[in-house]
Amino acid sequence: MSNALQIALIPLLPLAAFVILGLFGNKYVNRSAGIIATFLLASSAALAFYTAYQYFFEYGKVEGVYQKVTAFKYTWLQFSDQLSIDIGALIDPITAMMLVVVTFISLLVHIYSLAYLKGEKRFATYYAFLGLFTFSMLGLVLSSNIFQMYIFWELVGVSSFLLIGFYYDKPSAVAACKKAFIVTRFADLGFLIGILVLSFYAGTLDFNTLIERLTSLQSAEFKMATAASFMGISALTWGLVLVFIGGAGKSAMFPLHIWLPDAMEGPTPVSALIHAATMVVAGVFLVARLFPVFQISPIAMDVVAYTGIISALIAAVIACTQTDIKRVLAYSTMSQIGFMMFALGVSKTGGEAGLGFTASMFHLFTHAMFKALLFLGAGAVIHYVHSNEMKDMGGLRKYLPITHITFLIACLAISGIPPFAGFFSKEEILLAAYHHYPVIFYTALITSGLTAFYMFRLYFSIFWNKQTQVHSEHSAPHDSEKHGEGGLAMMLPLIVLAMASCLAGFIHFGNFVTADGKPLTTALHLLFSVAPVVLALAGIGIATWLFLRQNDSPVKYSNKLGNLYKAAHQKFYIDELYGFITQKIIFNLVGRPAAWFDKNIVDGLVNETGNGTTTLAEKIKAFQSGKVQQYAIYFLGGVMGLTVLFIYLWK
Amino acid sequence: MITPGLYHILFISTALFFIGMYGFFARKNLITMLMSIELILNSVNLNFIAFNKYLWPGRLDGVFFTIFIIAIAAAEAAVAIAIIINLYRSHKSIDVEQTEEMKY
Repeated sequence: MSNALQIALIPLLPLAAFVILGLFGNKYVNRSAGIIATFLLASSAALAFYTAYQYFFEYGKVEGVYQKVTAFKYTWLQFSDQLSIDIGALIDPITAMMLVVVTFISLLVHIYSLAYLKGEKRFATYYAFLGLFTFSMLGLVLSSNIFQMYIFWELVGVSSFLLIGFYYDKPSAVAACKKAFIVTRFADLGFLIGILVLSFYAGTLDFNTLIERLTSLQSAEFKMATAASFMGISALTWGLVLVFIGGAGKSAMFPLHIWLPDAMEGPTPVSALIHAATMVVAGVFLVARLFPVFQISPIAMDVVAYTGIISALIAAVIACTQTDIKRVLAYSTMSQIGFMMFALGVSKTGGEAGLGFTASMFHLFTHAMFKALLFLGAGAVIHYVHSNEMKDMGGLRKYLPITHITFLIACLAISGIPPFAGFFSKEEILLAAYHHYPVIFYTALITSGLTAFYMFRLYFSIFWNKQTQVHSEHSAPHDSEKHGEGGLAMMLPLIVLAMASCLAGFIHFGNFVTADGKPLTTALHLLFSVAPVVLALAGIGIATWLFLRQNDSPVKYSNKLGNLYKAAHQKFYIDELYGFITQKIIFNLVGRPAAWFDKNIVDGLVNETGNGTTTLAEKIKAFQSGKVQQYAIYFLGGVMGLTVLFIYLWK
Repeated sequence: MITPGLYHILFISTALFFIGMYGFFARKNLITMLMSIELILNSVNLNFIAFNKYLWPGRLDGVFFTIFIIAIAAAEAAVAIAIIINLYRSHKSIDVEQTEEMKY
């Protein structure tokens, strides 16, 4: 089936880029590395678009229902007749959608980086890492086997680590990449245990079989998984919650979100690709992939829903107080992923009740567009100003007109102003929560108001507000060429993404991506939209009032909020809490005793063996005196001893 | 006149052996030590001849061994004297106590 080759090539082309540039990049093709990688990725993206088109419009639908198609499957590691780890590709609506999102955003980031990282010494290495990341992410979404997914999941983690730590001579970047890796790795432990629990009860690692067995109420596997319980909760729920912990770690859900803001130390295009559009939604994707199984366990669904909404709210509050523009965007990402998570958590399968699933995937899609746009726009700003801090910015709309317009579009989209993309997906999410989860609904409503506020605080602080002095020196003729908007390579992705942010909302997502594969008509309830839109406008209004012109009212109001503002500015002391737990408790109670044991007992044993041998050798070395006659006497003594032995004992 | 028996000859050979042994341990001159070794070898030769003559008079094994040992002793003497000459060139001495560098 030529289809299999075509699908296999989608992840393999970025892998080829990684191998070529990783091996030969810095030496032979440093200059053209970007072009090579971009070309390979463009081919991959074309294939992905074609595959998605074929799936959605040609063969995917059988009798009105989208099927799960296994394009190819190789048995990689056979444990027993039933249990094997396969490497394969599974295409269903969410995979097809993710293929498009990942290759599209990755392609734009490749193009953008051509200008953004121009002149970087490790230019080829950067593109090699991007290739590795894209390969892993595509492999992750194509996985037909939960263990295959785990492999790619870890690969994604490691490429994220490499890219965050790209500026490895900057101590903060090194600390950030370590933190990201350790926190997500810690969460992945939960994922691994979850995989083992689920596959133990299902007796398989294959997604299709696993879902089939654990969702049919009559199967032996299902009965065993629900009957076995630990601490009053069934094994199935435990497995799902543990898997969700892995997802929460990658998706930066509270309380495992601490790595995401620090991860902004990486190059900005990387943040756009990994920490906004693709990798951080892996957790959402994972829950969506196992959605039918999650569906069985109300507790697991509640965990997903409440983790999502708590993350969304906390992140939105923190985002209002941050001054580093990339950190604002990072918290906003976390907040938006929280939206996707709780949308999944409140969803059911089938019909109107499955709205949450569709809405979540829809929001994932639109969010990828406008958040990548925001990050790339922020990249253009940082490229121009050479600073991440809001206080160094202001009044940039004259100098960066295209960035300004596209950034404004993205802000409107994320705030949920019609007719931009974010409006449609956010409406669906709110509507999904409205019926059965009033607490979540109202919290989400407030959060979306806050979203509008902090996004426009960011927007006004960058493009309006005060005039900064930095620009006068930049506008000098010899500098203007270098410090424009970064040329076509940087502007093209912005424009494309801005168009996507405008238009993506009009896709009828319900026709394509639903929990059960059947099309779902999503009606837009105009009356329902009033409250969120009004709240968003209010948020924008307040932001305009506070930040359009430079004045002292923001300081005044933040002082009035007192401790709340301070707590939010310090990110609710979660980092400090982690620091306390790890450094004071775990290090002292586990780390130091273990280190003592290692240093004194394990090393001590080895050292003592060495020292003992040396001492003994010091004592007996006098035998080797160098005196020939002494040796002869020893020899004689030996011979006489042997003679005595032979005569009297041996006979 | 007494015809010498096996024991007489063995007595001489033993005496010769221990004289050589004493010389090897007690003398400090390398040449003298080499001569002591020759004495030891010759005591062994005497043993071979004596045993051959008194115990297996019809055979020649012991005589052949003796001839071998004489040949080897000659070769060994040549090598040893070469070593001693070189030692003299480097140390200006053939005293065994001056040559103790080869140790731990």
